[in-house]
Amino acid sequence: MVVNCEQVWSEISNYLDGEVDSELRAAIEEHVRGCQHCTAVLEGTRNVIQLYGDERMMEVPLGFSRRLHQRLESDLTPSRRSFLGWAVAAAASLLVAGGIEVARSSVFSRPSLRSEHARPSNRVLPDMMVIVADDGKTFHVAGCPFIHDKTRLRTIRAQEAEKEGYAPCVRCMKKYIDATASSRPSHDELRGENTHLG
Amino acid sequence: MAAGTGPLEHPAQQDYEQRLIQRIRDGEHEAFYELIRPYERRVYAAALALLRNDADAEDCAQEAVLKAFKNIRQFRSEARFSTWLIQIAINEARMRRRKQRTDLMEPIEQDERNESSYAPREFADWREIPSEALERKEVRERLAAALGSIGEIYREVFILRDMEQLSIDETAKALGISTASVKTRLLRARLMLRDLLAPGLGGSWSRNLSFAKGAKPW
Repeated sequence: MVVNCEQVWSEISNYLDGEVDSELRAAIEEHVRGCQHCTAVLEGTRNVIQLYGDERMMEVPLGFSRRLHQRLESDLTPSRRSFLGWAVAAAASLLVAGGIEVARSSVFSRPSLRSEHARPSNRVLPDMMVIVADDGKTFHVAGCPFIHDKTRLRTIRAQEAEKEGYAPCVRCMKKYIDATASSRPSHDELRGENTHLG
Repeated sequence: MAAGTGPLEHPAQQDYEQRLIQRIRDGEHEAFYELIRPYERRVYAAALALLRNDADAEDCAQEAVLKAFKNIRQFRSEARFSTWLIQIAINEARMRRRKQRTDLMEPIEQDERNESSYAPREFADWREIPSEALERKEVRERLAAALGSIGEIYREVFILRDMEQLSIDETAKALGISTASVKTRLLRARLMLRDLLAPGLGGSWSRNLSFAKGAKPW
């Protein structure tokens, strides 16, 4: 089976989704090996899928989660059961679920830092994207050589990392943890800074 | 990657969600916060994909989440909760979009007769954009702008499939179109985005945020 450029383009999406049979797959690969243009199209398309599939592309406006929870609270719980009651229930469910990452804290509380040596930051912008490892205690700038467990990394906002109890890495985030620096701006001052998808 | 944001949630996650759903059905409403937390971003992104306006998308996402809560008894355990939730968001967004359209008297469907004849452009010095580039806000904005510039029928398929990580079938179901349409639109969307992004990838991005010179190829 031999395919030409047009056939490769028309099947490139199915090819990348693994939706072509083995014969067509082999023919596409054979063609691409000898065709610079099709190689660029294939790699470029793969790159597009990889980039847009990254969690960092899915941004929400600052304060989105807090406003959502406020609306849920006002609509769902007329009795206004105390948050503490809910937190206890959630903590209990965590024990039951064991090993599932659900520990993202509510907007209403700030858990203790994961390490007794950790120092909270006062200068990290809440919107900054940082890297955390599930087993780690600190958050990092991408590429920091001091990320220990590289198997289960997540990219989240600094604000969320802090809510989960992560503290800034003293090496890559050094400039953000100067204890004498002025405190960071309030949520209200930062609100409105967001990124559009469309 | 965060639990619940990958293409397939871990089976343990599904079990956990099922238990949460049972607790909600049993009257423990607070468990709902825990259930939706991993998917808040995805709900918002789905709404924004169709509405293209921050305020509308946020309101739509909130409404969708509330509807999910109110209809939690209708959720069937053989489906993924995330898919069900995203579909509610999409339905809500589509309803709002129809209303907007009625107000604006805009055409609803775009012409897709030439879908199969799209020829990707040739670039002399194409280079890949590494994922790390996404740390830069200007890169994310550039990608978002490119996505915003392609036709709506392509954008919604692309977002559901490649960003929300729905399957072809789930995407078709969510949008009320055939799987064949999903595939052709997805192909076109991916190729158009590739063409839009390819010219500047070699490092000129930080200097020049405008799109490539010359007419768009479609």
